[in-house]
Amino acid sequence: MTSSIIALKNISVSYDGEQVLKNFNLTIRDGEFVTLLGPSGCGKTTVLRAIGGFVSPETGDVFFNERKINELPPHKRAVNTIFQKYALFPHLNVYDNVAFGMRIKGKSNAEVKKTVTEMLELVNLTGYSHRGISQLSGGQQQRVAIARALANDPKVLLLDEPLGALDLKLRKDMQVELKKIQQQTGITFIFVTHDQEEALSMSDTVVVMDKGEIQQIGSPTDIYNEPENAFVADFIGESNILDGLMLEDFKVRFAGHVFECLDRGFGKNKPVDVVIRPEDIDVVSPDASLIVGEVTGVTFKGMHYEFIIDIDGFKWLIQSTDFQELGSTVGLSLMPDDIHVMNKSEYSGTFGDYSTFSDEMEEDMLLEETAEIGEGGDEN
Amino acid sequence: MKTKSKLLTAPYSIWMVVFIVIPMILVAYFAFTDKQGSFTIDNVIRVGQYSNVFLRSIWLGLLATAISLLLGYPFAYILSKTSFKTQNVMIMLVMLPMWMNFLLRTYSWMTLLENNGLINNMLAALGLPRLQLINTPGAVVLGMVYNYIPYMILPLYNVLTKMDGSVIEAAQDLGADYKKVFLKVVLPMSMPGVISGITMVFVPAVSTFIISKMLGGGANLLIGDLIDMQFLGSAYNPNLGSAISLVLMVIILICMGIMNQFDDGEANEGGILI
Repeated sequence: MTSSIIALKNISVSYDGEQVLKNFNLTIRDGEFVTLLGPSGCGKTTVLRAIGGFVSPETGDVFFNERKINELPPHKRAVNTIFQKYALFPHLNVYDNVAFGMRIKGKSNAEVKKTVTEMLELVNLTGYSHRGISQLSGGQQQRVAIARALANDPKVLLLDEPLGALDLKLRKDMQVELKKIQQQTGITFIFVTHDQEEALSMSDTVVVMDKGEIQQIGSPTDIYNEPENAFVADFIGESNILDGLMLEDFKVRFAGHVFECLDRGFGKNKPVDVVIRPEDIDVVSPDASLIVGEVTGVTFKGMHYEFIIDIDGFKWLIQSTDFQELGSTVGLSLMPDDIHVMNKSEYSGTFGDYSTFSDEMEEDMLLEETAEIGEGGDEN
Repeated sequence: MKTKSKLLTAPYSIWMVVFIVIPMILVAYFAFTDKQGSFTIDNVIRVGQYSNVFLRSIWLGLLATAISLLLGYPFAYILSKTSFKTQNVMIMLVMLPMWMNFLLRTYSWMTLLENNGLINNMLAALGLPRLQLINTPGAVVLGMVYNYIPYMILPLYNVLTKMDGSVIEAAQDLGADYKKVFLKVVLPMSMPGVISGITMVFVPAVSTFIISKMLGGGANLLIGDLIDMQFLGSAYNPNLGSAISLVLMVIILICMGIMNQFDDGEANEGGILI
């Protein structure tokens, strides 16, 4: 295992009396692609700012290569940031923007030229050197920001929702490009986003945050398949979260029936949350199944259908490629590995029978973002 | 559509023709004619006699502009970093004197600077020798700075508050310390404000006549006074007055042309440009 490059120990930050980070601990290994994922206002940007030196924590320490850097001002830290709105220098052209950091460091003109050319090549902007910033599209500005940060040869690159302002197609392209750049350069990336898909597809490690605290740290597959609590289960993908009772190891009771599962170690007769991903549920004929319900909603999603199925008053969300008639009665079949059992947490019960939480969350965030853009301020 | 928009702009066009274009033509006409109305370039040639007045005006105007910039920039910069509430109060205070009559403001400086004025009386009371304050070039520059500094502060404040804080953070992030952030980012980005501030102070300062009349005494004649004298004063000669005005206008145009060279076409970044 490689050594830690960034470590945050017991960091607390509050703005105007409101606590944004609570006793935050995080260790990041050299060369890792780490994503901080969470809803707006969860403190993820504040974590970046604490690493970048733009926020000084009230308590706790920031370590870089095991050296404490609390007092080090931003311009002396070996990290570079890609800001949410790129923050390119409007009075300089593309070349001078990318050259900015190196010129500050007093590099020779030949060296600057060599690196700038390399960087512009890396981000596919060869030939744009003399363009003004305002002449570039959003995606191009984004790439200039990446080139400008990388030209400084940082040990760690901080990316604050860098793809947030791009349209979907461009965003997907940039995700691939960023991942490629990270693998080519071997630089540690700390990436902030509220887009769970982005987090899952790019990262080595995902840190799910809410209310200034870490909810779960793990690989994308762990986070998706083994969510720690109802918040993580719901924030990452869609899920049906149900009240359950862990009867004994490998036996859980929910929706009025006892099911076999793969979880153990919860003790006997322990109340738990049960997560079932909508795509894991198989629709079968009503006679062949323990769980029977009525289709009360059908939405065509392109790749699949989304059904809402009423089971004794509880609504389940199911994704399937086979069409079911609205109002028809269907049976649901669950395999042991479709069932994931979690400890009860403060989030238990927050997300209803099946939860529309994710959709609501996205709407909320859109609203919040527009408000933020209106204020011209940063998140948090 | 086209006729409608023409109709809408008509009042403005008429206004501009009647009150801007025609007067300009009249000034040019007077400048190039003698009292009998026949063409001559004597007036323009005679302007040359007053080159010392022109030089003094430009020199004092430049001095006042430089002092306004040196005082106004730090003020606007610090102000842009303070809380919203403080900013509002301070901007109010900057503008407040502008709502007071110009003459009154300048008169009050006279009472302060006079030989028997407040400052000299205080010096005398302390047993110090009285100073010659009024009727000096210094008093004229003081009057200019005092009257015109808001026109420097406001455009500067305007660009500095609109400056994106994340750009400054980006510069720090890329290794620039405070001094370099200022020199490489803040200052260049605030150039539109600097340019319009300079223009808005220099132009009125160079052509003022009240300030020099009241605070400069007879010894510090400026172009404005010279023109004033040709129309209302003892040396009544509107033809010469027009010629002086024309030359002054050309000088100001040249100055502004030079200034705008520094602007790099970034005028759209903010600030008010004439």
